[in-house]
Amino acid sequence: MSHAENTTVLRTRGLRKEYGSEEGLVRAVNGVDLDVARGETLAVMGPSGCGKSTLLHLLGGLDQPSGGELWMDGHRLDQMGEKEFARLRRTAVGFVFQAFHLMDELTAQENVELPALLAGGSPSAARRRASELLGQFGLADRASHLPSALSRGQRQRVAIARALANEPLVVFADEPTGNLDSAATLEVLRLFDDLHSAGQTFVIVTHDERIAATADRLLTMRDGAFVDETRLTGGTTGHLGALIGLEG
Amino acid sequence: MEKAGLIERRGAAISSNGRGRKVYELTSAGQERVTEWLAEVSWPKPDLAEFHLKLTAAAGAGLADPVGIIDGQRRELLRRLRDVQRAAMAEPDHSDAGLLLEGIVLRLQADLRWLEACEANWTDRRRIS
Repeated sequence: MSHAENTTVLRTRGLRKEYGSEEGLVRAVNGVDLDVARGETLAVMGPSGCGKSTLLHLLGGLDQPSGGELWMDGHRLDQMGEKEFARLRRTAVGFVFQAFHLMDELTAQENVELPALLAGGSPSAARRRASELLGQFGLADRASHLPSALSRGQRQRVAIARALANEPLVVFADEPTGNLDSAATLEVLRLFDDLHSAGQTFVIVTHDERIAATADRLLTMRDGAFVDETRLTGGTTGHLGALIGLEG
Repeated sequence: MEKAGLIERRGAAISSNGRGRKVYELTSAGQERVTEWLAEVSWPKPDLAEFHLKLTAAAGAGLADPVGIIDGQRRELLRRLRDVQRAAMAEPDHSDAGLLLEGIVLRLQADLRWLEACEANWTDRRRIS
Protein backbone atom coordinates (compact mmCIF):
# COMPACT_ATOMS: atom_id res chain seq x y z
CA MET A 1 0.00 0.00 0.00
CA SER A 2 1.40 3.37 -0.97
CA HIS A 3 1.80 6.28 1.41
CA ALA A 4 -1.11 8.11 -0.25
CA GLU A 5 -3.43 5.16 0.39
CA ASN A 6 -2.35 5.02 4.01
CA THR A 7 -3.36 8.60 4.65
CA THR A 8 -6.67 8.49 2.76
CA VAL A 9 -9.35 7.67 5.28
CA LEU A 10 -12.37 8.20 3.04
CA ARG A 11 -12.58 7.68 -0.71
CA THR A 12 -15.37 7.69 -3.26
CA ARG A 13 -15.36 7.01 -6.99
CA GLY A 14 -18.36 7.88 -9.13
CA LEU A 15 -20.61 7.90 -6.06
CA ARG A 16 -24.27 8.31 -6.99
CA LYS A 17 -27.63 8.60 -5.27
CA GLU A 18 -30.82 8.80 -7.26
CA TYR A 19 -34.43 9.16 -6.20
CA GLY A 20 -37.57 8.50 -8.23
CA SER A 21 -37.52 7.01 -11.71
CA GLU A 22 -37.60 7.91 -15.41
CA GLU A 23 -38.85 11.48 -15.92
CA GLY A 24 -39.09 12.11 -12.18
CA LEU A 25 -35.51 10.93 -11.61
CA VAL A 26 -33.54 13.18 -9.26
CA ARG A 27 -29.76 12.80 -9.29
CA ALA A 28 -29.08 14.04 -5.75
CA VAL A 29 -25.44 12.93 -5.87
CA ASN A 30 -24.19 12.63 -9.41
CA GLY A 31 -20.80 10.94 -9.72
CA VAL A 32 -18.67 12.26 -6.87
CA ASP A 33 -14.94 11.47 -6.63
CA LEU A 34 -13.53 12.39 -3.25
CA ASP A 35 -10.43 11.67 -1.17
CA VAL A 36 -10.30 12.78 2.43
CA ALA A 37 -6.93 12.59 4.14
CA ARG A 38 -6.54 11.49 7.74
CA GLY A 39 -6.61 14.56 9.98
CA GLU A 40 -8.13 16.77 7.33
CA THR A 41 -11.03 19.15 7.90
CA LEU A 42 -13.12 19.27 4.76
CA ALA A 43 -16.02 21.69 4.34
CA VAL A 44 -18.70 21.23 1.68
CA MET A 45 -20.81 24.24 0.73
CA GLY A 46 -23.49 24.79 -1.86
CA PRO A 47 -27.05 26.03 -2.29
CA SER A 48 -29.96 24.24 -0.64
CA GLY A 49 -30.87 21.12 -2.57
CA CYS A 50 -27.40 20.76 -4.19
CA GLY A 51 -27.05 17.28 -2.65
CA LYS A 52 -24.54 18.05 0.10
CA SER A 53 -26.59 16.57 2.95
CA THR A 54 -27.35 13.46 0.88
CA LEU A 55 -23.62 13.12 0.20
CA LEU A 56 -22.88 13.36 3.93
CA HIS A 57 -25.45 10.66 4.67
CA LEU A 58 -23.87 8.39 2.06
CA LEU A 59 -20.35 8.99 3.37
CA GLY A 60 -21.41 8.29 6.94
CA GLY A 61 -23.38 5.16 6.05
CA LEU A 62 -26.79 6.60 7.00
CA ASP A 63 -28.01 5.98 3.46
CA GLN A 64 -27.13 3.50 0.68
CA PRO A 65 -25.66 4.78 -2.60
CA SER A 66 -27.32 3.94 -5.95
CA GLY A 67 -23.92 3.36 -7.54
CA GLY A 68 -20.21 4.02 -7.38
CA GLU A 69 -17.59 3.05 -4.81
CA LEU A 70 -17.28 4.12 -1.18
CA TRP A 71 -14.18 3.23 0.79
CA MET A 72 -13.47 3.94 4.45
CA ASP A 73 -10.05 3.15 5.88
CA GLY A 74 -9.46 0.61 3.11
CA HIS A 75 -12.85 -1.16 3.53
CA ARG A 76 -15.33 -1.01 0.69
CA LEU A 77 -18.58 0.05 2.33
CA ASP A 78 -20.93 -0.16 -0.64
CA GLN A 79 -20.40 -3.92 -0.91
CA MET A 80 -20.44 -4.67 2.79
CA GLY A 81 -23.05 -6.92 4.42
CA GLU A 82 -25.73 -5.28 6.58
CA LYS A 83 -24.30 -6.57 9.87
CA GLU A 84 -20.70 -5.60 9.22
CA PHE A 85 -21.88 -2.25 7.91
CA ALA A 86 -23.90 -1.53 11.06
CA ARG A 87 -20.91 -2.39 13.26
CA LEU A 88 -18.62 -0.09 11.30
CA ARG A 89 -21.19 2.70 11.47
CA ARG A 90 -21.41 2.38 15.26
CA THR A 91 -17.66 2.62 15.81
CA ALA A 92 -15.98 4.33 12.84
CA VAL A 93 -18.16 7.40 12.39
CA GLY A 94 -19.57 10.12 14.61
CA PHE A 95 -22.38 12.48 13.65
CA VAL A 96 -23.14 16.05 14.67
CA PHE A 97 -26.45 17.57 13.55
CA GLN A 98 -27.87 21.07 13.35
CA ALA A 99 -30.70 20.24 15.76
CA PHE A 100 -28.33 18.43 18.20
CA HIS A 101 -30.57 15.31 18.41
CA LEU A 102 -29.79 14.65 22.06
CA MET A 103 -32.10 12.36 24.00
CA ASP A 104 -34.21 14.66 26.17
CA GLU A 105 -34.73 12.09 28.95
CA LEU A 106 -31.02 11.47 29.44
CA THR A 107 -28.46 13.66 31.18
CA ALA A 108 -25.51 15.13 29.28
CA GLN A 109 -23.31 12.38 30.73
CA GLU A 110 -25.74 9.60 29.70
CA ASN A 111 -26.09 11.02 26.19
CA VAL A 112 -22.32 10.87 25.74
CA GLU A 113 -22.13 7.34 27.22
CA LEU A 114 -24.76 6.00 24.85
CA PRO A 115 -22.68 5.31 21.68
CA ALA A 116 -20.11 3.26 23.63
CA LEU A 117 -22.87 1.21 25.28
CA LEU A 118 -24.61 0.62 21.92
CA ALA A 119 -21.29 -0.56 20.49
CA GLY A 120 -21.04 -3.12 23.29
CA GLY A 121 -18.53 -1.31 25.53
CA SER A 122 -18.49 -1.80 29.29
CA PRO A 123 -20.55 0.70 31.33
CA SER A 124 -17.52 1.73 33.39
CA ALA A 125 -15.40 2.42 30.28
CA ALA A 126 -18.30 4.37 28.74
CA ARG A 127 -18.63 6.43 31.94
CA ARG A 128 -14.91 7.15 32.05
CA ARG A 129 -14.77 8.24 28.41
CA ALA A 130 -17.86 10.46 28.75
CA SER A 131 -16.49 12.19 31.85
CA GLU A 132 -13.16 12.74 30.13
CA LEU A 133 -14.83 14.31 27.06
CA LEU A 134 -17.20 16.51 29.05
CA GLY A 135 -14.26 17.69 31.15
CA GLN A 136 -12.21 18.44 28.06
CA PHE A 137 -15.13 20.44 26.60
CA GLY A 138 -15.62 22.54 29.74
CA LEU A 139 -18.88 20.80 30.64
CA ALA A 140 -17.87 18.83 33.74
CA ASP A 141 -20.27 20.83 35.91
CA ARG A 142 -23.12 20.22 33.44
CA ALA A 143 -22.75 16.43 33.29
CA SER A 144 -25.87 15.68 35.34
CA HIS A 145 -28.07 18.27 33.55
CA LEU A 146 -30.81 17.33 31.11
CA PRO A 147 -30.44 18.92 27.63
CA SER A 148 -33.39 21.23 28.40
CA ALA A 149 -31.32 22.84 31.18
CA LEU A 150 -28.42 23.59 28.83
CA SER A 151 -27.84 26.48 26.40
CA ARG A 152 -27.81 25.71 22.68
CA GLY A 153 -24.02 26.05 22.59
CA GLN A 154 -23.67 23.63 25.51
CA ARG A 155 -26.09 21.18 23.87
CA GLN A 156 -24.03 21.20 20.69
CA ARG A 157 -20.84 20.63 22.68
CA VAL A 158 -22.49 17.62 24.36
CA ALA A 159 -23.49 16.37 20.90
CA ILE A 160 -19.89 16.73 19.70
CA ALA A 161 -18.68 14.84 22.78
CA ARG A 162 -21.18 12.09 21.92
CA ALA A 163 -19.89 11.96 18.34
CA LEU A 164 -16.38 11.40 19.69
CA ALA A 165 -17.34 8.75 22.27
CA ASN A 166 -16.10 5.80 20.20
CA GLU A 167 -13.03 7.62 18.87
CA PRO A 168 -14.38 7.60 15.31
CA LEU A 169 -12.21 7.73 12.20
CA VAL A 170 -14.33 10.54 10.82
CA VAL A 171 -16.75 13.00 12.37
CA PHE A 172 -19.52 14.06 9.98
CA ALA A 173 -21.27 17.32 10.79
CA ASP A 174 -24.40 18.64 9.09
CA GLU A 175 -24.80 22.40 9.65
CA PRO A 176 -23.28 22.17 13.18
CA THR A 177 -23.56 25.94 13.77
CA GLY A 178 -26.92 26.39 12.00
CA ASN A 179 -28.80 26.79 15.28
CA LEU A 180 -26.19 28.78 17.20
CA ASP A 181 -25.57 32.45 17.92
CA SER A 182 -22.22 34.12 17.32
CA ALA A 183 -20.66 33.32 20.70
CA ALA A 184 -21.74 29.65 20.62
CA THR A 185 -20.49 29.35 17.02
CA LEU A 186 -17.11 30.61 18.17
CA GLU A 187 -17.06 27.94 20.92
CA VAL A 188 -17.80 25.21 18.39
CA LEU A 189 -15.14 26.53 15.99
CA ARG A 190 -12.57 26.55 18.80
CA LEU A 191 -13.53 23.01 19.75
CA PHE A 192 -13.26 21.75 16.16
CA ASP A 193 -9.92 23.50 15.88
CA ASP A 194 -8.57 21.80 19.03
CA LEU A 195 -9.80 18.40 17.80
CA HIS A 196 -8.33 19.09 14.36
CA SER A 197 -4.96 19.85 16.00
CA ALA A 198 -5.23 16.52 17.82
CA GLY A 199 -5.62 14.77 14.44
CA GLN A 200 -9.39 14.27 14.15
CA THR A 201 -10.79 14.02 10.60
CA PHE A 202 -13.91 16.10 9.85
CA VAL A 203 -16.32 16.33 6.95
CA ILE A 204 -18.62 19.30 7.50
CA VAL A 205 -21.57 20.33 5.36
CA THR A 206 -22.40 23.95 6.00
CA HIS A 207 -23.85 27.27 4.89
CA ASP A 208 -21.61 29.02 7.42
CA GLU A 209 -18.68 30.80 5.76
CA ARG A 210 -16.86 30.89 9.12
CA ILE A 211 -16.54 27.10 9.12
CA ALA A 212 -15.66 27.05 5.43
CA ALA A 213 -12.93 29.64 5.96
CA THR A 214 -11.29 27.73 8.79
CA ALA A 215 -11.35 24.31 7.07
CA ASP A 216 -8.28 22.90 5.30
CA ARG A 217 -10.23 22.50 2.09
CA LEU A 218 -13.51 23.79 0.79
CA LEU A 219 -15.54 22.02 -1.88
CA THR A 220 -18.46 23.75 -3.56
CA MET A 221 -21.29 21.53 -4.70
CA ARG A 222 -23.94 22.26 -7.29
CA ASP A 223 -26.54 19.92 -8.81
CA GLY A 224 -25.06 16.84 -7.14
CA ALA A 225 -21.43 17.39 -8.16
CA PHE A 226 -18.37 19.37 -7.05
CA VAL A 227 -17.80 22.51 -9.09
CA ASP A 228 -14.99 24.21 -7.19
CA GLU A 229 -12.19 23.33 -4.80
CA THR A 230 -10.39 25.85 -2.61
CA ARG A 231 -7.42 25.21 -0.37
CA LEU A 232 -7.04 27.95 2.18
CA THR A 233 -3.52 28.16 3.48
CA GLY A 234 -3.16 29.86 6.80
CA GLY A 235 -0.34 31.64 8.53
CA THR A 236 -0.91 35.11 7.12
CA THR A 237 -2.68 36.51 10.17
CA GLY A 238 -1.77 40.18 10.51
CA HIS A 239 -2.31 42.49 13.45
CA LEU A 240 -5.72 43.90 14.28
CA GLY A 241 -5.36 47.14 12.29
CA ALA A 242 -4.68 45.24 9.08
CA LEU A 243 -7.46 42.73 9.74
CA ILE A 244 -10.16 45.36 10.25
CA GLY A 245 -9.00 47.33 7.22
CA LEU A 246 -7.48 50.39 8.89
CA GLU A 247 -4.36 49.91 6.84
CA GLY A 248 -2.85 47.72 4.19
CA MET B 1 -6.88 56.74 -22.22
CA GLU B 2 -5.16 57.20 -25.54
CA LYS B 3 -2.58 59.48 -23.87
CA ALA B 4 -2.03 56.86 -21.19
CA GLY B 5 -1.32 54.31 -23.91
CA LEU B 6 -4.24 52.08 -22.94
CA ILE B 7 -6.12 52.38 -26.25
CA GLU B 8 -5.21 53.21 -29.84
CA ARG B 9 -7.12 54.35 -32.90
CA ARG B 10 -7.96 51.51 -35.23
CA GLY B 11 -10.01 53.31 -37.87
CA ALA B 12 -13.38 54.88 -38.48
CA ALA B 13 -16.90 53.61 -38.90
CA ILE B 14 -20.32 54.95 -39.66
CA SER B 15 -22.70 54.65 -36.73
CA SER B 16 -26.40 53.90 -37.07
CA ASN B 17 -27.36 57.60 -37.09
CA GLY B 18 -25.22 58.11 -40.19
CA ARG B 19 -22.45 60.08 -38.50
CA GLY B 20 -18.84 59.00 -38.60
CA ARG B 21 -17.19 57.77 -35.38
CA LYS B 22 -13.71 56.84 -34.36
CA VAL B 23 -12.95 53.21 -33.45
CA TYR B 24 -10.39 52.42 -30.76
CA GLU B 25 -9.01 49.17 -29.47
CA LEU B 26 -7.16 48.17 -26.32
CA THR B 27 -3.37 48.15 -26.47
CA SER B 28 -1.55 45.33 -24.69
CA ALA B 29 -1.01 47.72 -21.76
CA GLY B 30 -4.73 48.44 -21.87
CA GLN B 31 -5.56 44.72 -21.88
CA GLU B 32 -3.32 44.26 -18.87
CA ARG B 33 -4.95 47.14 -16.99
CA VAL B 34 -8.45 45.77 -17.68
CA THR B 35 -7.45 42.28 -16.52
CA GLU B 36 -5.99 43.81 -13.36
CA TRP B 37 -9.17 45.83 -12.77
CA LEU B 38 -11.37 42.75 -13.21
CA ALA B 39 -9.41 40.88 -10.54
CA GLU B 40 -9.06 43.74 -8.02
CA VAL B 41 -10.62 43.23 -4.60
CA SER B 42 -11.95 46.47 -3.15
CA TRP B 43 -12.56 45.14 0.36
CA PRO B 44 -13.08 46.61 3.05
CA LYS B 45 -15.02 49.18 1.01
CA PRO B 46 -16.68 46.98 -1.58
CA ASP B 47 -18.38 48.78 -4.43
CA LEU B 48 -21.25 46.55 -5.49
CA ALA B 49 -22.10 48.58 -8.58
CA GLU B 50 -18.49 48.49 -9.76
CA PHE B 51 -18.28 44.75 -9.21
CA HIS B 52 -21.50 44.23 -11.16
CA LEU B 53 -20.05 46.40 -13.94
CA LYS B 54 -16.94 44.20 -14.03
CA LEU B 55 -19.03 41.06 -14.51
CA THR B 56 -21.14 42.67 -17.22
CA ALA B 57 -18.10 44.13 -19.00
CA ALA B 58 -16.16 40.87 -18.78
CA ALA B 59 -19.07 38.88 -20.22
CA GLY B 60 -20.09 41.47 -22.81
CA ALA B 61 -16.62 41.99 -24.25
CA GLY B 62 -15.57 38.37 -23.76
CA LEU B 63 -12.62 39.52 -21.60
CA ALA B 64 -13.02 36.92 -18.86
CA ASP B 65 -15.47 34.39 -17.46
CA PRO B 66 -17.68 36.22 -14.92
CA VAL B 67 -17.91 33.07 -12.80
CA GLY B 68 -14.10 32.93 -12.76
CA ILE B 69 -13.96 36.52 -11.54
CA ILE B 70 -16.49 35.71 -8.80
CA ASP B 71 -14.46 32.65 -7.75
CA GLY B 72 -11.30 34.75 -7.53
CA GLN B 73 -13.02 37.33 -5.33
CA ARG B 74 -14.55 34.60 -3.21
CA ARG B 75 -11.19 32.96 -2.60
CA GLU B 76 -9.67 36.26 -1.55
CA LEU B 77 -12.51 37.09 0.85
CA LEU B 78 -12.39 33.56 2.30
CA ARG B 79 -8.65 33.99 2.90
CA ARG B 80 -9.37 37.23 4.76
CA LEU B 81 -12.22 35.63 6.69
CA ARG B 82 -9.89 32.83 7.71
CA ASP B 83 -7.36 35.30 9.11
CA VAL B 84 -10.01 37.32 10.96
CA GLN B 85 -11.81 34.21 12.25
CA ARG B 86 -8.53 32.77 13.56
CA ALA B 87 -7.78 36.06 15.31
CA ALA B 88 -11.32 36.07 16.80
CA MET B 89 -10.91 32.50 18.04
CA ALA B 90 -7.72 33.52 19.87
CA GLU B 91 -9.46 36.38 21.71
CA PRO B 92 -10.89 35.87 25.21
CA ASP B 93 -14.69 36.25 25.51
CA HIS B 94 -16.03 39.82 25.72
CA SER B 95 -12.77 41.48 24.60
CA ASP B 96 -12.89 44.76 22.64
CA ALA B 97 -10.78 43.30 19.85
CA GLY B 98 -13.08 40.28 19.72
CA LEU B 99 -16.10 42.53 19.20
CA LEU B 100 -14.37 44.44 16.39
CA LEU B 101 -13.32 41.19 14.76
CA GLU B 102 -16.88 39.90 14.96
CA GLY B 103 -17.98 42.96 13.01
CA ILE B 104 -15.44 42.18 10.29
CA VAL B 105 -16.50 38.52 10.22
CA LEU B 106 -20.15 39.52 9.73
CA ARG B 107 -19.28 41.98 6.93
CA LEU B 108 -17.14 39.41 5.14
CA GLN B 109 -19.95 36.87 5.46
CA ALA B 110 -22.39 39.35 3.91
CA ASP B 111 -20.01 40.00 1.00
CA LEU B 112 -19.46 36.27 0.48
CA ARG B 113 -23.25 35.76 0.32
CA TRP B 114 -23.57 38.49 -2.30
CA LEU B 115 -20.86 36.72 -4.33
CA GLU B 116 -22.85 33.49 -3.96
CA ALA B 117 -25.91 35.28 -5.36
CA CYS B 118 -23.80 36.64 -8.25
CA GLU B 119 -22.47 33.18 -8.99
CA ALA B 120 -25.93 31.58 -9.01
CA ASN B 121 -27.18 34.34 -11.31
CA TRP B 122 -24.30 34.10 -13.81
CA THR B 123 -24.31 30.30 -13.77
CA ASP B 124 -28.01 30.37 -14.68
CA ARG B 125 -27.43 32.93 -17.45
CA ARG B 126 -24.72 30.72 -18.92
CA ARG B 127 -27.04 27.71 -18.78
CA ILE B 128 -29.83 29.58 -20.58
CA SER B 129 -27.65 31.09 -23.34
